[in-house]
Amino acid sequence: MQKVVEASGISKKFGETQALKNISFEVNEGEIFGFIGPDGAGKTTLFRIITTLLLPDEGEMKVLGLNSKTGFKELRKNIGYMPGRFSLYQDLSVEENLNFYATVFGTTVNENYDLISDIYSHIEPFKKRLAGKLSGGMKQKLALSCALIHKPGLLVLDEPTTGVDAVSRSEFWDMLKKLKQYNITIILSTPYMDEAMRCDRVALIQGGQILSIDKPQKIKEGFSKKLFRAKASEKYGLINALRQYPETVTAYPFGDSVHVTFINDKFDNSIFMHLKKMGIDDAIITETEASIEDRFLELMKKA
Amino acid sequence: MKKTVISVKNLVKKFGSFTANDNLNFEVYEGEIFGFLGANGAGKTTALRILSGLSSPTSGEVIVAGYNAKKDPEKIKKNIGYMCQKFSLYSDLTIRENIMLYGGIYGMPKTLIIKRTEDLLDKLSFHEYSDRLIADLPLGLKQKLAFSVAVFHEPKIVFLDEPTGGVDPITRRQFWEMIYETANRGITVFVTTHYMDEAEYCNRVSIMSEGKIVAIDTPAKLKEQYGAKTVEEVFIKIARPDNRPHPLPSPSRLSGRGGNWVGIE
Amino acid sequence: MKRFLGFVKKEFLHIFRDFRTLIILFGIPTAQILIFGFVVSTDIKDAGVAFLDLSKDEISQKLSDKICSSGFFKRTEDLFNYNDINKILKRGKIKAVIIFEKNFGRNLISENKATLSIIADGSEPNTATLITNYITAIVADFNRELVNTSGAGAMLVQPEVRMFYNPGLKSHFMFVPGVITLILILICALMTSVTITREKEFGTMEVLLVSPLRPVQIILGKVMPYFLLSFINVILILLLSWFVFGLPVKGSLVLLLAESMLYILMSLSLGILISTVSSTMQQAIFISMIGMMLPTILLSGFIFPIENMPKIYDWVSSILPPRYFVVIIKNIMIKGTGFLYVWKETLILMVFTAVFIGLSVRNFKIRLE
Repeated sequence: MQKVVEASGISKKFGETQALKNISFEVNEGEIFGFIGPDGAGKTTLFRIITTLLLPDEGEMKVLGLNSKTGFKELRKNIGYMPGRFSLYQDLSVEENLNFYATVFGTTVNENYDLISDIYSHIEPFKKRLAGKLSGGMKQKLALSCALIHKPGLLVLDEPTTGVDAVSRSEFWDMLKKLKQYNITIILSTPYMDEAMRCDRVALIQGGQILSIDKPQKIKEGFSKKLFRAKASEKYGLINALRQYPETVTAYPFGDSVHVTFINDKFDNSIFMHLKKMGIDDAIITETEASIEDRFLELMKKA
Repeated sequence: MKKTVISVKNLVKKFGSFTANDNLNFEVYEGEIFGFLGANGAGKTTALRILSGLSSPTSGEVIVAGYNAKKDPEKIKKNIGYMCQKFSLYSDLTIRENIMLYGGIYGMPKTLIIKRTEDLLDKLSFHEYSDRLIADLPLGLKQKLAFSVAVFHEPKIVFLDEPTGGVDPITRRQFWEMIYETANRGITVFVTTHYMDEAEYCNRVSIMSEGKIVAIDTPAKLKEQYGAKTVEEVFIKIARPDNRPHPLPSPSRLSGRGGNWVGIE
Repeated sequence: MKRFLGFVKKEFLHIFRDFRTLIILFGIPTAQILIFGFVVSTDIKDAGVAFLDLSKDEISQKLSDKICSSGFFKRTEDLFNYNDINKILKRGKIKAVIIFEKNFGRNLISENKATLSIIADGSEPNTATLITNYITAIVADFNRELVNTSGAGAMLVQPEVRMFYNPGLKSHFMFVPGVITLILILICALMTSVTITREKEFGTMEVLLVSPLRPVQIILGKVMPYFLLSFINVILILLLSWFVFGLPVKGSLVLLLAESMLYILMSLSLGILISTVSSTMQQAIFISMIGMMLPTILLSGFIFPIENMPKIYDWVSSILPPRYFVVIIKNIMIKGTGFLYVWKETLILMVFTAVFIGLSVRNFKIRLE
């Protein structure tokens, strides 16, 4: 399998802030590779290094077989990049934006229309509308079309789903899956853990460091303890009560329930007695599967 | 008996011929964490503006914190708090200055401001940071502080816009615990968000689509009703009920609003 | 090339789609010309002048009659010695004092040269300029008559203008050259720097940088439309000042346009330079407005004469390109002189342009930060 991105020992500092600390990873051809991490984790900096917009202070970045420092001219022809704020000209129409990016990359809309047709057909009825007047989901689709129009070998999407509603996000992921047939490698970032499952492989990133790289399923399985979920009508009381239970290792809110781990990976009736004493008499505790977010939490605490 | 703090009856808001809010009816109770969901352009922001006294309904009755949104929007503003993800604090002021400032804006007596400021700094263990500029704080701390400031004047309701978007999982947990604690004190928390995993944390959620509320219940009941594993699945099933192949508001809906229909969401 | 043209096309779309840009581009110059023009072109009628005739001969009499019969001036007072000048000007009733030197008529006949002095109340600079211009014109007319009637040689009355309160005020009315100078630097520097920083702010610059477009193509693509529009602006201003105020270009129009192009180019490269050092539109606007417009108005000699400034301002003004363009355009438009008189200033502008372009290319980053 060919490597599309090979990063070794990448570090980058801005003044006093260490944005990236000794990051190494590889992305295979045709993969959807996700960087999952909160704002400020260094995702954007890393993407700018991949797209030749920034140079690392240390380490080497090879993209599509070229060194991102010396081969940037050649590379720039082959990268499709969608920055965090959809890079559209608000005062140009949908059509004009697409045409502009096509010309800039030395191609035409017709030439690669088959590649974007799936995505662009959603917004084509509005092609005369100014990009600034589109909804978040439509902007996202237009920006993706613009980034794809020159049929790049590598597509880099920086937080493509931020600020977009759940329906549009779901459609967006379906579109990315379809792009696989064109053998386009996709690197994307997101602060939302639930999107990790949609990637082929993910890297969890936090504070400029990669906590873990693997298939999402494998990352979930890496959770080191048995995880239980507890539910009760009084959630705030439940969290506090669980934390006071001597067998509890961790207890934190998770969606509509509380995720708990115990010292011996099991619980007995004494916990219900404890909870009752604390005024919680309707608690239900069941074993559950850890999610990426649970694993992320565990890794963050270790780090 | 649950006490109602937000009561919306037959709320209609029109912009010209475009109906942004089409006959909304719902209630939110004291101490509840209420998730207000909807697709882009569904009319959430319009409704939110009316609830927070920034805009007046075209027709219908909206009572927030005991005041009518049409007649007493100023009184509503005094009784609510607001925190949005993007901006809440002045980054060129220190933590202490920001807290004092908000206390002042809401007309709290000086002695109370000083006392509560100290309490708050204690609670967040922020004393060592108290004279640092907001700009120098890590995102997670900013977020927590912004929330604390939004409830600093003990409002009846606090409105949160995507409160935990983009923060790390640990901060996120701490943040939700703060929200639970606030709700436990009897302050109603009204959350709008695009992120359905945030919705899971709410006591009840409503889902808006094309100006109407199409579902309102606890996350568990909604999931059960629609045979879904997550609120996200529920949302995708019903937020665009006609399941168009083109996920867009229909052109006829757009034309009425002239150029800026996006402005409502 | 296709890439480049696509880029230029996009720039034009930006400009024509934004109503405000168009207003700034064409509305402001028009408004400025009209405002400046009408504010100062309030006609002089029966302005009070005092005469100090130290000669009291036939010719001086004739000339003073000619001045007063023009309808612009009224003989308000006759003075008898220099001391009265100060007093009467201080009273503020008269706008100027006209002095015929001793032996005015005799000097004119024997030496073909005589001097008439005009002392104007410079506290109202515009009126003062206008008055001295009118008197100078009347004297010039008188000279022509002299030549025609006598036929012999050139007998010249030389008007010597002095400003009271504000000595050294320019004798030529300057608003058109000034407005051209100001408008061009404003539009070129401001607009280019704003359009480039806008791309930075909206994040589109990131994609342009990642694209195969070369920096020089981006820069030229930004500059082209404004070059064209600014040039149209120059023509617009010239036409306006000609049709509305009857101010023709005395010197070579071709030279004037060529010099304008050079100045436009200089301003554009300055705009690019500004954009390379500012990361937000706000910064760019601030630098262009405060950094460019105010110095241009105050220090370029457009309103306040450089000769009267303390030395330090003179030095400061010498690093301001508009100063040189004001000289060039004044010379060509009003004095009607040719290239020989402005080559030095032209060369200086060229150097500025080269330096700005050089710095911009050096500063324009092919990467972020």
